[in-house]
Amino acid sequence: MADRFSGTKDYVAGEDLMMAVNAAIALQRPLLIKGEPGTGKTMLALEVAGALGRPLYQWHIKSTSKAQQGLYEYDAVSRLRDSQLGEESVKDIKNYIMKGPLWEAFQSEEPAVVLIDEIDKADIEFPNDLLRELDRMEFFVYETKELISARHRPVIIITSNNEKDLPDAFLRRCFFHYIQFPDKETMNQIVDVHFPGIKKQLLQQALEVFFDLRETPGLKKKPSTSELLDWLKILLAEDVPIEALQTNDQRKSIPPLAGALLKNEQDVHLFERLVFLNRRSERT
Amino acid sequence: MLLDFFFRIRDAGIPVSVKEYLTLLDALRLRVANETVDDFYFLSRSTFVKNEALYDRFDRAFGDYFNGLESLPDDFLKNIPEEWLKKQLELSLSEEEKKLIETLGGWEKLMETFRQRLEEQEKRHQGGSKWIGTAGKSPFGAYGYNPEGIRIGQAGSRNRRAVKVWDKREYRNLDDNVELGTRNIKVALKRLRKFAREGAADELDLDGTIRATANNGGYLDLKMVPERRNAIKVLIFFDIGGSMDDYVRSCEELFSAARTEFKHLEYFYFHNFIYESVWRDNRRRNNERIPLGQILHKYAADYKVIVVGDATMSPYEITYPGGSVEHFNEEAGSVWLKRLLDVYPKAAWINPTPEARWKYHESISLTRELFDDRMYGLTLSGLGKAMKQLAK
Ligand SMILES: Nc1ncnc2c1ncn2[C@@H]1O[C@H](COP(=O)(O)OP(=O)(O)OP(=O)(O)O)[C@@H](O)[C@H]1O
Ligand SMILES: [Mg+2]
Repeated sequence: MADRFSGTKDYVAGEDLMMAVNAAIALQRPLLIKGEPGTGKTMLALEVAGALGRPLYQWHIKSTSKAQQGLYEYDAVSRLRDSQLGEESVKDIKNYIMKGPLWEAFQSEEPAVVLIDEIDKADIEFPNDLLRELDRMEFFVYETKELISARHRPVIIITSNNEKDLPDAFLRRCFFHYIQFPDKETMNQIVDVHFPGIKKQLLQQALEVFFDLRETPGLKKKPSTSELLDWLKILLAEDVPIEALQTNDQRKSIPPLAGALLKNEQDVHLFERLVFLNRRSERT
Repeated sequence: MLLDFFFRIRDAGIPVSVKEYLTLLDALRLRVANETVDDFYFLSRSTFVKNEALYDRFDRAFGDYFNGLESLPDDFLKNIPEEWLKKQLELSLSEEEKKLIETLGGWEKLMETFRQRLEEQEKRHQGGSKWIGTAGKSPFGAYGYNPEGIRIGQAGSRNRRAVKVWDKREYRNLDDNVELGTRNIKVALKRLRKFAREGAADELDLDGTIRATANNGGYLDLKMVPERRNAIKVLIFFDIGGSMDDYVRSCEELFSAARTEFKHLEYFYFHNFIYESVWRDNRRRNNERIPLGQILHKYAADYKVIVVGDATMSPYEITYPGGSVEHFNEEAGSVWLKRLLDVYPKAAWINPTPEARWKYHESISLTRELFDDRMYGLTLSGLGKAMKQLAK
């Protein structure tokens, strides 16, 4: 198999993730990716496309998205309007058919990668409406009576935040991988990719604080990889000395620039209260 | 053998279909994975398991299977994987080496030797690596074959792990029956859906417009329809009695998930059991009571009722007039509950007490009876069952 994915210089992928990606590539079946926010689900598709040197077509799903929009949309309203105005373009229906990302990918000269991002945002029936297209990689355009079939079956990467149950029939057609929140070692590698020159000690200390903070009971939103990266960026920009991160005891002081890690106001309050309590218990 | 493995995974309660089994065969045929147990684990997991809540179950079944294999370690190889193994070997052998193999007695003999080695090795490290460790121990080593090329088993260069992934059971806390998070609850609540178009007309009704335009002699006549929304209606009653304190957080989560999921949601509080009145604001529970009778009148029978409570109290509080700990109730709680259930046939009681403890409380048994057994745990699977039942 020439097409194998083994991570990239910008993206740290575990062996299990690589296996799932490679299975999806080899068998030309969709890959469903789940995981906490910020675990690199969306980025994976970009990296796979980059690594394989394939064009990427992205489809970001919203609560109002319809399966049909991935194939094409017929803009009947514009056509009606144009007909009222006596426009020339009205005569050719093709002028009112807008290709969706799947059509574009099916048509691509080279094998493509398709990202269907956050599929769970859509209506619960959405995945079912795509079964045939994902299986056969073809669809029919009723308006022009054309059958569009994929020149090359694209690699389809689908992400989900798990807000909804996905239908079984859909799941049976996919490979599945759940990206576990990175452990310290993996996080080290991820940070390394983003800040190659970062001082070991500083990183060590920062990760300590970060993972500790994630353990705070009762947080509404635990800081994720993206928040950690943002925080490190500011720490570096502000040149925060490593001593400022060194607290022997957990949760007895607020880490510098914590606002980058805790974005939810309630969480900030919760954390401040904890710090306060811990300090007080220390004094007595 | 592989088919056996498939059934073991199914028996473990993971819903794998034949389609997925064939996919796995295909993947093996296309050599997506190396023939290490680790690789096989990753490949089979991504093919068979579609829900991280089942990862732990899979890990256990996988570990079991490969442990149980100790006595018959070659069984798995004998069938499909042997083919697979052979291909792997063939690919990594030079012409010269292939000839050497012929002089050794051919493939059959080679596999035989291979298997023997495997068994010997098994005996040597009990409970250790299940597959052959290659370097230095390969039956082919003596003939100048590079054993790293086959990479079989735990000792292979890529597999430095001391503990096998599936034995680590990293996904332990994601199983079905553990604590909930709002997101998980929402997933469970989503089962209770019925879409209907209602509310403001904000979506273009294409068919309607075309029809109207045609009727209009070709002049555009735009028609709009309301968006489709979940039309399920829910009445939810929360117990805020003292014994519920332990479950405040999960109840809060359930509540906030229900708030976002159901557009038509009415909620009320009660203490221990439902009597002639309930309330909506805990701070003003003493002066702002809502008579239950009023609720029964106001909300139509198509509302579904969810009661959340531990049903843990003295049985008198359910069966006797005046049994309530808080006030004097003229009629027994059971009478009021029956009235509620008479009006709303679709109902479920969600009990945050761990299910294993239910049988020790008479009050729970009583409540369960009153509810025709429709009591469910406040766990993901419990909620799932409750919603399924309510959706019927
Ligand atoms: N494995 C990784 N290697 C390198 N960078 C990573 C990795 N995982 C996450 N990141 C960083 O975290 C950021 C967030 O990742 P991404 O947006 O792909 O997450 P996501 O899982 O799609 O999140 P959401 O569920 O919120 O959409 C990335 O832009 C990247 O900077
Ligand atoms: Mg994303």
